[in-house]
Amino acid sequence: MSENIVREKYDTVVVGAGHAGVEAALASARLGLKTIMFTVSVDSIAMMPCNPNIGGSSKGHLVCELDALGGEMGRNIDKTYIQSRMLNESKGPAVHSLRAQADKQAYIKEMRKTLENTPGLKIRQAEVAEILVEHGKVCGVKTVSGAIYDCERVILCTGVYLKARCIYGEVSEYTGPNGLKAANHLTQSLIDLGIAIKRFKTGTPARVDGRSVDFSKMQVQHGDEFVRPFSFSNEPEDIAIKQADCYLTYTNEETHRIIRDNIDRSPLFSGAIEGTGPRYCPSIEDKVMKFPDKERHQIFVEPEGLYTNEVYLSGMSSSMPEDVQYRMIRTMPGFENADIVRNAYAIEYDCIDATQLKATLEFKNIGGLYSAGQINGSSGYEEAAVQGLMAGMNAALSFKGEDEIVLDRSQAYIGVLIDDLVTKESAEPYRMMTSRAEYRLLLRQDNADLRLSEIGNRAGLLDDETFEKYLIRKREIEEEITRMNETMVGVCAENNEFLAAHGSEPLKEGHGIKMSDLIKRPELDYDTLAPIDKKRKPLNWRVREQVNISIKYEGYIKRQQIQVEQFKKLESRLIPEDFDYGVLNGLRIEAKQKLSKIRPASIGQAQRISGVSPADINVLMVYLEQFNRQKGNAEKAQN
Amino acid sequence: MTNDTIAAIATGLTTSGIGIVRISGPESYEIINRIFVNKNGGSVILNKPNRIHYGFINVSRETLDEVLVMNMRAPHSFTGEDTIEIDCHGGPLMMKRMLEAVIDAGARLAEPGEFTKRAFLNGRIDLAQAEAVIDVINSTNDSSIKASVAQLKGSVSNKVRELREELIHATAFIEAALDDPEHYELDNYGDEIMPKLTSLHKSIEELVKTYKYGRFVREGINTCILGKPNAGKSSLLNAILGEERAIVTDVAGTTRDAIKETVTYKNITLNIVDTAGVRETEDKVERIGVEIAYKEAIGADLVLYVIDSTIPMDESDKRIIEFLEANGLKTLYLLNKTDLLRSKNEDVVDLCGENVSRETLKISTVTGEGISELLEKIHDMYTDGSITENNQVVITSERHVESLRKADKSICNVIESIEAGLPEDFFTIDLMDAYKELGLIIGEETEEDLVNRIFSEFCMGK
Repeated sequence: MSENIVREKYDTVVVGAGHAGVEAALASARLGLKTIMFTVSVDSIAMMPCNPNIGGSSKGHLVCELDALGGEMGRNIDKTYIQSRMLNESKGPAVHSLRAQADKQAYIKEMRKTLENTPGLKIRQAEVAEILVEHGKVCGVKTVSGAIYDCERVILCTGVYLKARCIYGEVSEYTGPNGLKAANHLTQSLIDLGIAIKRFKTGTPARVDGRSVDFSKMQVQHGDEFVRPFSFSNEPEDIAIKQADCYLTYTNEETHRIIRDNIDRSPLFSGAIEGTGPRYCPSIEDKVMKFPDKERHQIFVEPEGLYTNEVYLSGMSSSMPEDVQYRMIRTMPGFENADIVRNAYAIEYDCIDATQLKATLEFKNIGGLYSAGQINGSSGYEEAAVQGLMAGMNAALSFKGEDEIVLDRSQAYIGVLIDDLVTKESAEPYRMMTSRAEYRLLLRQDNADLRLSEIGNRAGLLDDETFEKYLIRKREIEEEITRMNETMVGVCAENNEFLAAHGSEPLKEGHGIKMSDLIKRPELDYDTLAPIDKKRKPLNWRVREQVNISIKYEGYIKRQQIQVEQFKKLESRLIPEDFDYGVLNGLRIEAKQKLSKIRPASIGQAQRISGVSPADINVLMVYLEQFNRQKGNAEKAQN
Repeated sequence: MTNDTIAAIATGLTTSGIGIVRISGPESYEIINRIFVNKNGGSVILNKPNRIHYGFINVSRETLDEVLVMNMRAPHSFTGEDTIEIDCHGGPLMMKRMLEAVIDAGARLAEPGEFTKRAFLNGRIDLAQAEAVIDVINSTNDSSIKASVAQLKGSVSNKVRELREELIHATAFIEAALDDPEHYELDNYGDEIMPKLTSLHKSIEELVKTYKYGRFVREGINTCILGKPNAGKSSLLNAILGEERAIVTDVAGTTRDAIKETVTYKNITLNIVDTAGVRETEDKVERIGVEIAYKEAIGADLVLYVIDSTIPMDESDKRIIEFLEANGLKTLYLLNKTDLLRSKNEDVVDLCGENVSRETLKISTVTGEGISELLEKIHDMYTDGSITENNQVVITSERHVESLRKADKSICNVIESIEAGLPEDFFTIDLMDAYKELGLIIGEETEEDLVNRIFSEFCMGK
């Protein structure tokens, strides 16, 4: 070892300390690995450079799942939220989504506290410039200062920092978000390792000084009265606070006129931005151009935290020039005199083609190198966090010689997300959405604990105390469902009066009914029936909710379970890792190329590759069947 | 995996003028040249494909048969591989020996469906086409071939595609609205798609209905001749068989007291069973025959009840008619022996004792009067109505009808969900089920067992 450089040894190196990085580092350290996490700015750990909230449609599901596995995001937002709402409550339970406004600084502070109090985890401010690989396996990293950190696992969580460039109007700066330092060296090292790089783009809206805004001209949005925690380890009373308000305003024809008149000055439309942006999180100029008939667009005005009067204009992401930003914002009710604190901007960054990864998030060609978060082409804090957790957990499990964990599409939104990332070649930043989950009714946020607690606890991430509480809950749910199926509601005046009062058909003489059948009636539910269920014991709200949903939607749940059985059949038909697609004349050329490149683990995964048709899958299935039979015969012959 | 060379008898193993043994695989040419010499002592040459060679197959220096050999070169053959077809003399024994000769020369006996499997693996045909090949092979008449060929060309596919289009449209809208509620409004969407779903349900029901016709087309109409002793049942069968426009196919499997014949008339096939005479009897053996006759009638699609119109109806007739009606059997009442009646208008038999209209036809198995009218009548019964075979999509596959029924069930589930006032996100579960089920029919979705199920239906050599 040279005396002129710093050289240290760890089990795991995590590159980056955003939402993916912190979960990866915590998972690795909590599973007993000596872990070091690098960041370009220790003050910006777990920073929220864009929206000031956690959760929302389908992202709320991700956070609940992460929590059930033993991740930190749910617990951290429960400590630092300033408003909480359940979205989509008019829809079915599958699409109910929890969203909480965060105090951005509090979120950072609490997460940092947790990290600093985790044994075996070190934080280091330095830019990693090079990944060191020997014989196809990762063996360390080198920082720009030349320091070497030997290790056996590296998890890349570089977010949007690789060769980051921020743009609005004609202004372009080579910085990360919020003016933070970009990471300009690592991309070349990845290219040298044979990793394919893409360039993506995303954006953020302007922040406005709250003192310059007239909130009385907007629609106020309060938080929910019943606040449901993200974390299964918390009860509502543990996290009760006085909530902050958000507001709703709208753009109008004048806003749209200004945007249209200046559209040629937008770097997105002029071609100054080369990266591909997310279709599902469009800038305001995208929306105006895409929906020309739409007279107005919603703009949610959300506090950045309790420490500041800065507000975030959700729905107004933009890369228009500064003067246009002022003009368009000031057209909206309440914003006539608005002062901008920070400009909206688009940001471009390098990321990898995630089809180079296995479903464990390890690179197929480089042992011990994992990758999680926006570098994998996803967008969003929650998407990043769950990948960080899975990569950190799998890096640790494989280090310890244990089986890695891959969640499939029928187990979790996390499974859907990762499978999509490593299977489909996404041309734009990938955002989680409920429509991406085929088995949505089974993957509810309310049952994330039932789906994943056991996996989290077995892996060693979910603490025993939380797990014990879960086991009790699970037993109570099962017992109560059984009781509902066995409890008969008799025909009597009291019961029929009760039913009539709830607009429900009275019971006919001699036709008693099971309590569970009453729960299934659209106008009734488990809680409503309490007065005529004399033997009911007081149960926790989570238990009551599960009992209600499980009984009420039993038929749909069963049908979806049948779909899952079909799905699993194709998932379990594995394709040999070294399978040669070249010999299969029946495959179309495009399918051959895609399959050879992505090397799917199963027929099921192969089926989801874009460019591989069902006809190709049929050919593959028939061939594999024959291949396996011949192999089987050959083995028999040998024996 | 390297493909070996396979061989099988490609024609049926029956007495026939010509039989074909097919060889496919990389060693086809080597194998044929081990046993074949042309009339000048030459061999089949690889580089000169698509020729017919006249010559001899020799086994142990003795000539087995005088043959024509056709050679095809990969990928321009059904399997996409080098292929040889040997036209030899027909007959089970000759064909078996020819196949043995080919196998002794180095080919492997093909598994059921293996030629088609190879055609499929080499991209020559897709799964739906492979499936249709089975139907074409098993066709017994023109309509059947027409329906199968239409399936090959895609009439079923087009219809099913239309239905799927509707389903995916509704699903996509709901999903889009869930993801982007600001720009897509879901309010009352259930009411909006209700008429569409009802019409989808109807369309599928109609398609399912065609399956019954499809089955008649494919497998023939199971027809049972029933009547008292000496009513003229066997004569009727002979008269039908003797009808010049009917094509008779020999079918093995004569049961004790039921004779089976297959007759093709125009584009329909009748699988006719002649039964023992039905009457009240003490005789044990005869009673067994009567029971068999009733059993056959119950299993039939159509009963031809033959009545001797020269004698009045008696108790036995009454019993039989009661039996036919109690079991709801589709029956044609044939008043036989019209040649023995004094005048054409004489009505000896009063079939309409009660006010029931029954389909009656006057025939004479002796003069042949009414026989072609009978066949014409049956033809009309099974080909008219809503189904006109030339332009209507007809479902002939049991697998297809199974998928259609499942899809229909799912669509009915959506209708129920809408009526129960469930949120829209519940609709997509069943919409997607219907969509996938329909996709299975046309190969745009795939399921684990589907592929092997289709190939297992092939018989050897196809």
